[in-house]
Amino acid sequence: MSAPVALTAGHTLDEVARLGVPTMCGEPTWLTAVRRDATQWVADHGFPTRKHEDWRYLDLEPLLGLPLSPAGWDGPLPASGLAGLAIPDLGGHRLVMVNGRFAPELSRLGSLPAGTRVLPLGSAITDDSFVARRYWPAPGHKYLHAFEALNAALAVDGCVVELGDGVSVAVPIEIAHISTTAEDAVVSSPRIVVFAGEGSSATVVETYIGTGEGVYVTNAHTGVVLGRGARLEHYRLQGESDRSFHLSTLDVRPGAESHFSSRLVAVGSRVARHEVHVRLEQEGATVDLDGLYLPSGEQCHDNPVRIEHVAPLCTSHQLYKGIVDAAAHGIFNGHVIVHPGAVGTDAEQTNKNLLLSDLAEVDTRPRLEIFADEVSCTHGAAVGQLDTDAMFYLRSRGIPEWAARSLLISGFARQVLERFVEGPIRERAEQLVTTHLQAVEGESGSSGGAR
Amino acid sequence: MLVIEDLHAAVGDKTILRGVNLTVPAGEVHAVMGPNGSGKSTLAHVLAGRDPYQVTSGRVFYRGADLLALNPEERAAAGVFLAFQHPVEIPGVTNMYFLRAALNALHRARGFEEVGPSEFLTLVQEKMRAVGMDRALMSRSVNEGFSGGEKKRNEILQMAVLEPTLAILDETDSGLDIDALRVVADGVNALRRADRAALVITHHQRLLDCLVPDRVHVLVGGRVVRSGGPGLAAEVEAAGYADFSSETGEISEPVGATK
Repeated sequence: MSAPVALTAGHTLDEVARLGVPTMCGEPTWLTAVRRDATQWVADHGFPTRKHEDWRYLDLEPLLGLPLSPAGWDGPLPASGLAGLAIPDLGGHRLVMVNGRFAPELSRLGSLPAGTRVLPLGSAITDDSFVARRYWPAPGHKYLHAFEALNAALAVDGCVVELGDGVSVAVPIEIAHISTTAEDAVVSSPRIVVFAGEGSSATVVETYIGTGEGVYVTNAHTGVVLGRGARLEHYRLQGESDRSFHLSTLDVRPGAESHFSSRLVAVGSRVARHEVHVRLEQEGATVDLDGLYLPSGEQCHDNPVRIEHVAPLCTSHQLYKGIVDAAAHGIFNGHVIVHPGAVGTDAEQTNKNLLLSDLAEVDTRPRLEIFADEVSCTHGAAVGQLDTDAMFYLRSRGIPEWAARSLLISGFARQVLERFVEGPIRERAEQLVTTHLQAVEGESGSSGGAR
Repeated sequence: MLVIEDLHAAVGDKTILRGVNLTVPAGEVHAVMGPNGSGKSTLAHVLAGRDPYQVTSGRVFYRGADLLALNPEERAAAGVFLAFQHPVEIPGVTNMYFLRAALNALHRARGFEEVGPSEFLTLVQEKMRAVGMDRALMSRSVNEGFSGGEKKRNEILQMAVLEPTLAILDETDSGLDIDALRVVADGVNALRRADRAALVITHHQRLLDCLVPDRVHVLVGGRVVRSGGPGLAAEVEAAGYADFSSETGEISEPVGATK
């Protein structure tokens, strides 16, 4: 569809940032200006290092040194193998992205209520350039970090979800990202924007699947803006392939009396970072943020969660759990800031980690900064191994050791999974966890056959 | 059924059992009484195969075979059941799921067919009625948020469903009111059969009023200092344990953990 400009394969991310402005053939000038600005931001600020509070436990070296090629700027979709892809179906609207580009033949967009749009970002730019402006920040934007800026600079596709006032979409809207990369280190930058009008409600599910053996980078950005009284459930099911890098930023702006939920299950990638950033600027909003991360092997899963309570009477509850095996590394870096004037804030932050091996490592840092009176804030963190009393209890009832382990581990996970909406979404999440745990437990030699 | 010969056991370098001899024939219910720290709970845990307890010498035969050679799940499969003094909470695992997993694990180990969900439901509902278990507790996580009495009732329910050949009750009566005691006693009585046995460990006589044992053993200082008929329980209750320690010529020094 369009030819690449300025960017060629083989550059590292750092070089990509210094190369200047990539533009797509025929793209609007405002977008070129945004890309130029975002690229300049990276050149000015550089990539995060361990000196940054929110990045102190994550080793980015293996990622920044990779020779990469940006995905989706040229060439047709890799048609081979797509037909055989078993993409589980949630039964609702489904927008499939292959290696960062919209794949219409795999997608299914059913009829939507009036005033509601679900469409690929690429089409949105072409269709109505003026409206598409609001899917990017304006030049001069203060990015959270280089990866957020890089997404703005490199994003060529993704998904737009716009819900009209009072509209309720009953079936899930699924955005499935599939990476089929076999060789080149490809960086794809999906950009998802959700505008939920006043009193609207919907469920958006982002799934990430890797089918290839190659090294690739997913640098996703999801921006969510909720109107007054809107309700949105957001799911991220991350099952990228073992050698990949996954970075995602979920940026949420809840309206007054709105309700937002973020639920994460992460099993994939060599290095994965699932960032959530919520700014509560309107009264009476509620956010629930839950996550389950299961790094194994030499994987690292980082979960930075930053919640800013600016307006009064907002509620934020977080439950993050990690199940860390082998020589893997799990990180929870939660930060709740209650600004002056945010009276009546109700903030809860809980992080629990289960270490399944002696080499597994966890860093947990729940932080709470309170500058307002009359607030209710709690936080807690725990890191532990399988409870030996519970193991003995189960075994004394005849349950073999391997099955007892499995029962305790899945029980630990279930406390997060039971917060997922019942039906195909929860089933998919449970399946992701079960398949992962079976593989992990099998490798550690404690397997004992089928249940 | 159960023959314990000169059993010595320790936790770390602390010796708790100092030569226990005890025989429970099939068809009988025996009580073990003793003061705090006499090694009662240690005896129960050693029989069930709990890890930190090391058997330093002695032998235990269960139906003629070496019980100590088996791991906990193998003992369960062989028909041994321990009702815990402090039942463990298992977050995220429902009581119903757990109980069915346990029953089917035993069935598999014994080469029986697994019990299907509806068949299991019928079975468990009947047992729940028998022990007065609240239905709502079955869909909750195992023992999580249960009251002390509910936890003990849950132990008896498990015992009723799993139908052990040798039931060991570790101070299951502690902290229970008279109605709950009756549930425990009924649970044990319901299991009485010529080919089964029970070992009821208790601090007080109260339980033994509802559950008349065939024999009573008094454990002091990690040793059985006296055995007798059901009347011995009343004697202990009246006189306390002080008299018994003198019979061994030793001062009974409290040992072991009293959780």
